[in-house]
Amino acid sequence: MTQADESRGADTHGAYTLKPLVAGPPCCEPKKLIGVEKLSLRYNGVPAFEDVSLDIYRGCVTALIGPSGCGKTSFLSSINRLSDLIPGCEVEGRITVDGENIRNPRADVQALRRRIGMIFQKPNPFPLSIRRNLEMPLKEHGVKIRAELDERVWRALADVGLWDEVKDRLDTPALALSGGQQQRLCIARALALRPDVLLMDEPCSALDPLASAVVEDLIASLRGRYTVVIVTHNLAQARRIANYAGFFWVKERAGALIEFDHCHRIFEAPRHELTAAYVGGRRG
Amino acid sequence: MRDAVSTARRSPSIRDILIQAAIWSAVSLVALAFFWLLADLLRHGAQRLDWAFLTALPKNAGRDGGVAPILVSTLLIVAIAMALAAPLGLATAIFLSEFTRVGGRLARWTSLSLDVLAGTPSIVFGLFGSAFFSAFLGLGFSILSGGMTLACMALPILIRATEAGLRMAPGEWRLGAAALGVSRATLLWHVLVPAAAPSLAAGLMLGIGRAMAETAALIFTSGYVDRMPSSLFDSGRALSVHIYDLTMNVSGGDQNAYASALVLIILLIAANSLALWLSDRMFGQRITSS
Ligand SMILES: Nc1ncnc2c1ncn2[C@@H]1O[C@H](COP(=O)(O)OP(=O)(O)OP(=O)(O)O)[C@@H](O)[C@H]1O
Ligand SMILES: [Mg+2]
Repeated sequence: MTQADESRGADTHGAYTLKPLVAGPPCCEPKKLIGVEKLSLRYNGVPAFEDVSLDIYRGCVTALIGPSGCGKTSFLSSINRLSDLIPGCEVEGRITVDGENIRNPRADVQALRRRIGMIFQKPNPFPLSIRRNLEMPLKEHGVKIRAELDERVWRALADVGLWDEVKDRLDTPALALSGGQQQRLCIARALALRPDVLLMDEPCSALDPLASAVVEDLIASLRGRYTVVIVTHNLAQARRIANYAGFFWVKERAGALIEFDHCHRIFEAPRHELTAAYVGGRRG
Repeated sequence: MRDAVSTARRSPSIRDILIQAAIWSAVSLVALAFFWLLADLLRHGAQRLDWAFLTALPKNAGRDGGVAPILVSTLLIVAIAMALAAPLGLATAIFLSEFTRVGGRLARWTSLSLDVLAGTPSIVFGLFGSAFFSAFLGLGFSILSGGMTLACMALPILIRATEAGLRMAPGEWRLGAAALGVSRATLLWHVLVPAAAPSLAAGLMLGIGRAMAETAALIFTSGYVDRMPSSLFDSGRALSVHIYDLTMNVSGGDQNAYASALVLIILLIAANSLALWLSDRMFGQRITSS
């Protein structure tokens, strides 16, 4: 029996392979991974958010909350430079990952996006088989050896708890999966590239409560191994899974970061009265 | 609530009945016309159509004998047209859908000229083909210049259909691919083109079918020599030209004209099914049926 077989055997007992790692290093000694300084973003001259500065800590889950239209999605897309693709979108300010300025025009955007994965609100698997959904990006990033491809596909699917559900139909269309399965497949697709960071834009909002709970557990299980930035409208969810939380609000027609702190501080002892009103359900 | 129920249960109004009747009669009229045509072809052509007809040389100016060389010429012309039109059409469609903006000046002008070309009478293509391929390129009356002319004729429809197929791809795929660091070329090749393959096949069939059924484009380019072609530079008579010649110029050629028309229709139906089957087989497992 090979090693892969062994761990595969262990997986059939129903545990995610990441589960044991959750108890790993706690997030009590934060180390900065992403630094955002005075970041502003405009669409055709109209600001979406202005002057946002915050630090994102390695291995932690950072939740971004706030009302609709305050620029959370725009903020996420500036971190992996997806905003470059939107015509008329200008970004100003500094973003560093491991101290390196990623807004440098010479930075390798492909490599950056491999390192910083993104999950969208609506699951977006490609119209390919389940296997090829995972393999296509892997091959693009230079993984060519069959054994390694298989290993990575298996591990990513096991990590999101999808392996047992799909192992007999890896070559069937991914679009035939349920919405919750599709979203987990998209997370697996990002994980297969071994990223450091996952940006998640309301990953549960298109799912029913049960599927949403499964994805939420999955995100919680990623803590410690990956750095997660999650945008969510579900305050209870943010409270359950996040270590840090940032509260965005529309101020003078543009989004702004009102408060950023440990998650429990945001929810239990907010410094700003807007935050208190929002998390208390009195506004927004 | 009660209103909704009563509306649903109410017997259909006169207007509904009239509209339904109109739709059904229109549908049956179209179907009737098609079946009438098919029945007519079968009635006149079926008894002539057998294996011998397909494999024999035409005799007595086509009144007797078969259509073997004509069938071969037709297939060669169509094969050349497809081999040229498919890659050119795909490349142009990719250019239009990926590198021009909808509503941009370039896209507007290209689509306008494509629409004009798609509606251009086949005789104009025939004249162009004869002036450019036959005379200017020196290909003369040949299967090659006929195939090239057909390709030109099929291209506009093919490009439009493929472009529409490519543009149908949801923006999430592009965004998702970019977020994974997957290049546009990879996305195109592995996702967008396979997803557009059925449109490409449909466009190819529509374009080639339209062109193949036209006589005028081929009379001036591939010519009407009814001998078995020995190379692509030989003149070869296409089925449509053969039918035209038999009905217009050869008295007593009606029977064989009907049989040839039947062959042409069967060929078109077969090509259609083949294209659908191929695109299904090559790409069907990668894309869902939904
Ligand atoms: N592609 C775009 N072009 C122009 N304006 C845009 C674009 N995307 C977003 N905006 C504008 O930028 C502002 C912030 O939008 P964004 O999507 O970042 O908000 P959000 O916080 O993610 O909202 P939601 O919670 O509803 O997802 C909005 O006013 C929106 O209208
Ligand atoms: Mg958003």
